[in-house]
Amino acid sequence: MQTQTSFDNGGRKAALDVLAGAPARALAELWDGWADKPEHSKVRGPEVGLVMVRGRAGGGGVPFNLGEATVSRTSVRIVTGEAGHGYCLGRDLAKAEVIAVIDALWQRDAASVEAGIIEPLRRLAAAVDGKRLEETAATRVDFFTMVRGDN
Amino acid sequence: MYVAVKGGEAAISNAHALLADRRRGDRNVPALRLDQIVEQLGLAVDRAMGEGSLYDKELAALALLQARGDLIEAIFLVRAYRTTLPRFGYSRPVDTGAMLIERRISATFKDLPGGQMLGPTFDYTHRLLDPNIVGDEVPQPVIRAAEPERAPRVTDMLGQQGLMEPDGDTDPEGEVGDLTREPLDFPLDRDLRLQALARGDEGFLLALGYSTQRGYGRSHPFVGEIRIGEVEVEFDVPELGFAVSLGRIRVTECQMVNQFKGSAKVPPQFTRGYGLVFGQAERKAMAMSLVDRALRARELGEDIVAPAQDEEFVISHSDNVQATGFVEHLKLPHYVDFQAELDLIRRMRAEHEAKEALE
Amino acid sequence: MEGVIDGAFADPVMQSQSVFRALMDALANPGTMRKLPVPRAIGTSMIPELVSTLLTLSDHDTSIWLDEVLRSEPANVQFASFHTGAPMVAEPGRAAFAFVHSAEAMPPLDQFNPGTQDYPDRSTTIVLAVPSLSGGPALSLRGPGMKDEVHISPSGLPGDFVGQWEINRALFPRGVDLLLVADGHVMGLPRTTRIAEGQ
Repeated sequence: MQTQTSFDNGGRKAALDVLAGAPARALAELWDGWADKPEHSKVRGPEVGLVMVRGRAGGGGVPFNLGEATVSRTSVRIVTGEAGHGYCLGRDLAKAEVIAVIDALWQRDAASVEAGIIEPLRRLAAAVDGKRLEETAATRVDFFTMVRGDN
Repeated sequence: MYVAVKGGEAAISNAHALLADRRRGDRNVPALRLDQIVEQLGLAVDRAMGEGSLYDKELAALALLQARGDLIEAIFLVRAYRTTLPRFGYSRPVDTGAMLIERRISATFKDLPGGQMLGPTFDYTHRLLDPNIVGDEVPQPVIRAAEPERAPRVTDMLGQQGLMEPDGDTDPEGEVGDLTREPLDFPLDRDLRLQALARGDEGFLLALGYSTQRGYGRSHPFVGEIRIGEVEVEFDVPELGFAVSLGRIRVTECQMVNQFKGSAKVPPQFTRGYGLVFGQAERKAMAMSLVDRALRARELGEDIVAPAQDEEFVISHSDNVQATGFVEHLKLPHYVDFQAELDLIRRMRAEHEAKEALE
Repeated sequence: MEGVIDGAFADPVMQSQSVFRALMDALANPGTMRKLPVPRAIGTSMIPELVSTLLTLSDHDTSIWLDEVLRSEPANVQFASFHTGAPMVAEPGRAAFAFVHSAEAMPPLDQFNPGTQDYPDRSTTIVLAVPSLSGGPALSLRGPGMKDEVHISPSGLPGDFVGQWEINRALFPRGVDLLLVADGHVMGLPRTTRIAEGQ
């Protein structure tokens, strides 16, 4: 199994990051439109569990446990043999399963998955974040100092 | 002492039916949906998540609905639910320095790299009730062109000048305490204190923080920085062999900066109290940072003279689910205890009267 | 990395609950045989009875120990980690659950964690695979959960088992609990059980 690690882990991670953060509806629509869905069997899950989220004292000091978050996860194997793993915050088992299948598919044909699913989701996320950023920027304080006194 | 008391079954069952009825209220009024609670009562949802110690907006909204808006009851429901789920593991510590910022202010520095952003704040509102918000259409917020800009933590900036205590070294092999797994054993390390404070009752911590300002363990605090926004939750997935993002959560962080006149070991500098809470919860994060700083008295060699500095007192009483359990258990039948007390009082009264009659 | 991950319970909730019930009944009724549901397909060389107890008992919060032989096969370690998330420990004394494939691979009982006076529940529960739950030397059991005496004859127990068990029983409330598995069945020997040789 160690021989399989020649995969581009950075690319796979980046794809999984985008998938986990994607709005469920947008992901479902893109997946519905995907023509060639591979048959898959579930290896583990889908299941809901908890991840204890950690912070750091002072932002950069000793780690501490902040509180838990619900997480859904699924592992699948698609007909061509690739195993895929899906993790996302929340209790959306269908989303976790779709992520797992897409992860397996990504290992077989990264280029198509990137073009058809990951890139559109990335653009959507950039647009949503950009709007949030601009709304926040409008509340930025532009300080100007008034001169007081005679001298 | 407790005795088994029977005979309440029908009454309990009917009381629960009545509770369901009263929760629903007038049937002519439309029933609340969870998405309405999530979207329009967001800060109540955030508080239920923070003190319920479980980040899941829909669950918190359901808890609020079921609890008829009673926050502590909702928090209790969330805590009970989380015990039914398996633990997948621990996330990597969130990086608040890389937050997608929605609010960021500092009371200590006017000009910050990244700027001061007021965000969706109640500050500067007039606190006048506004009947016009009911059912109104709100215009889209104003936008202003912005580029993503790295906003360094204010405390890191002062730290570079050596005037601010550093975050401290972290032991990469050190175990992180988890009060959901091991019972608390005083004295605590800071990791366990912060975990307890993060899920602690906002009202209790607010009052304690206030007490430090009024002179009970004074710490000369300034808000170094408050930031609210979303951070990535990264999780090491063993079967992948690398960490992936699970998505983003909203958190509020408060860095309280405190004057410190120094000790035998440490030169005069600013020390810090830290607050980090799920959701948008500024008051809670501020209170937490004040209490965190007060509880560092032992570590910093300060005299422990005030309630907020007493770790065992603060942490033992900060959990509102524990507190409500013990206070509310007084409603349970104590008939036998009370009978014994009654007998005792009668005997004492008889002795008292006999003695008076003699005199 | 993922490695061997296939072949766990097809219906994890129902199956692990049935297994849990069997284990609980086995410990509550020492010396009786309980049917142990097992997964249909097995992704590892571990016998199905060890796999089903492993999947049922272990999770992220329970440390587990696999005997040297089981642990030397990467497939077993990968399978256990993937499906349970349980931290794997190298010393039996740190394990909440220990899984042993034969008496030869079994350390002496005193190598496992007997718990503490304050927390006797923190002891190790050992799952030992034996060739058969019958056909071995006769043993008689007495203690809680048994009316009078119960007679058992599992085969393939460690050589000086009765002597080791006597020492373990004397630690009460501390001590390890033992589950014997074979042929789709489980038998429980809790720390409270007294074991004597012969009828």
